[in-house]
Amino acid sequence: MPAKDRTLAVDLGGVTLPTPAMIAAGCAGGGRELAGLVDLHRVGGLVSRTITVHPRPGASTPRIAESPSGVVWNTGLQNAGIDAFVADELPRLARAGAPTFVSIGGGTLEEYVRLTSALQARPEVAAIEVYLSGRDETMDHEILGAHVERLVEIVGAVARTSLVPVFAKLPGGVADVVTLARSAVRAGATGLTLSGSPPALAVELGTLRPALGDVTGWLSGPALKPLTLRTIFEVSVAMPHVPLIASGGIRTGSDAVECLLAGAWAVQIGTGSLVDPAAPVEVARGIAASLKALGLRAPGDLRGRLRLPAVPDRAAGA
Amino acid sequence: MKRARAEILSTRKLGAYQSITLVAPEIADRARPGQFLAISMPAGRDFVLRRHFSIHQASRRGGWAGTLEFVVDPSSGPGTGWLSGVAAHEFLDVIGPLGKGFSFPKRLTNCMLVAEGRGAAELYFLAQELVARHKRVDMVIGAPTMEAVFKPIEAKRLSQTVAVVTADGSLGEKGSVLDVLPEAVARAGTEVLYAAAAPRTLRDVAEFCAVQRIPAQVAVEERMGCGFGLCATCVVPVARKEGGGFDNLRACVEGPVFNPARVLWDRWIADAATFRELRQAVATEDGDAG
Repeated sequence: MPAKDRTLAVDLGGVTLPTPAMIAAGCAGGGRELAGLVDLHRVGGLVSRTITVHPRPGASTPRIAESPSGVVWNTGLQNAGIDAFVADELPRLARAGAPTFVSIGGGTLEEYVRLTSALQARPEVAAIEVYLSGRDETMDHEILGAHVERLVEIVGAVARTSLVPVFAKLPGGVADVVTLARSAVRAGATGLTLSGSPPALAVELGTLRPALGDVTGWLSGPALKPLTLRTIFEVSVAMPHVPLIASGGIRTGSDAVECLLAGAWAVQIGTGSLVDPAAPVEVARGIAASLKALGLRAPGDLRGRLRLPAVPDRAAGA
Repeated sequence: MKRARAEILSTRKLGAYQSITLVAPEIADRARPGQFLAISMPAGRDFVLRRHFSIHQASRRGGWAGTLEFVVDPSSGPGTGWLSGVAAHEFLDVIGPLGKGFSFPKRLTNCMLVAEGRGAAELYFLAQELVARHKRVDMVIGAPTMEAVFKPIEAKRLSQTVAVVTADGSLGEKGSVLDVLPEAVARAGTEVLYAAAAPRTLRDVAEFCAVQRIPAQVAVEERMGCGFGLCATCVVPVARKEGGGFDNLRACVEGPVFNPARVLWDRWIADAATFRELRQAVATEDGDAG
């Protein structure tokens, strides 16, 4: 494989990323913070913080607590609302140089449609990522995206309204992710981000209190990698042609290559970016090194290379 | 803000603390009192986030030019425990200087510095800069025990008067900084006040300053994820300058120094009661911290 033919670019169903290593939602700041810490032209893409229709002050503090190889956190989706986002943050984020995915979150179908409509005319938006781990106000469900009928309704509405590819970020820690994944794709999602942070609780023994101000939170960080690998693996076997973005526990090039082998098309780095803002560049470098070592041309060539024992039903999808 | 792979020049035990000096000229050149550093933890451990330390000393001139000093409380967790055991000539991954530091008074001259525990480290840096600007510096330094009073001799060197208080009375007066603050302020003719302490102490200091009509700046402690503005976890509720309401501002970018008159203390404290404070509350209230 001549070096000049080798590429890190990936096409996720209509959105092309220069590398498969993105910054996950809520870890890219507002377009100013990363200046001087990472060259965003060398980052595959970034996902905005999750934007809601109305401004949200966010959760009580403390909002973060460490756990073994991870963090339990809850920001309560603090954000300035879609109008302020479109006016200020979006242009700044996009100017920084990486393809910009906008994460949208709501409690009702109407909110998701309003958010998507507000982004329709914005050329800066490369894709929409649909946050589905929040509360469903209409149906009174704790986690909106864990219920097939609501997932279909909301992802379908966003996909029909959006002019750019739509990625459904399925909630983490839910049962039967393959069914949810199929439903989201049938409803019109271009691809899937797998997965959102699973729900978690941290306790401070010394005080007999929850460690977070809002009591419960979400788990992120390296502890999640095996969960992400399994989810990516199962969904990619079921739907090998659907672009999957792995999210959860990825911080090194090796982590990313493992995810690509398991079936991911790209990866997102969240907690890893908080610790090392240049991590997405390092991860891309690690993927490039693996491609070279294996004599492969592009990240997509790693997909499906996981050497499985010859079990017929598994081999069929690989 | 710069990221550097910085060599440890020296590390030494100072009472209850470990003081670490780094060679990081690019960061030292830019550092202002009140700003802080985000230090990476070692690979292969199960604690992953950077740790954050206010800057105790940044030398731009002389034999120590290009060095930075920060102070670690080894007892506060596995990360600080690890850091206090790191030896000279090892390297740390450091991002800094971070946050907005203290600003210096233009017209007023009599400055009171109020510190609790490790908070004294950053205020000594501030004191030096104030003295260099021909300001009068007085201090009130508090800590739980004698060992936790940070460099009391340094405090004496930098200020006209120093009042030391410890919770157990092992050094100076017995009590808290608020017990001695009114008298110290009256004696020094304080015109401006600076403080670095736990949230509840800062709230009491803020109240005192409001009553006394003393302009103040306080450096807050809040749990941080990244330290450079990405994760929005270290927020403090601050009243808007115009219109009603408040914003949850990030301590790492919009702080850690805030105008205490605009911090919504009760909202924040209800949220931010720190581990140590709550542990004490549990001990004294027999298990019900309310």
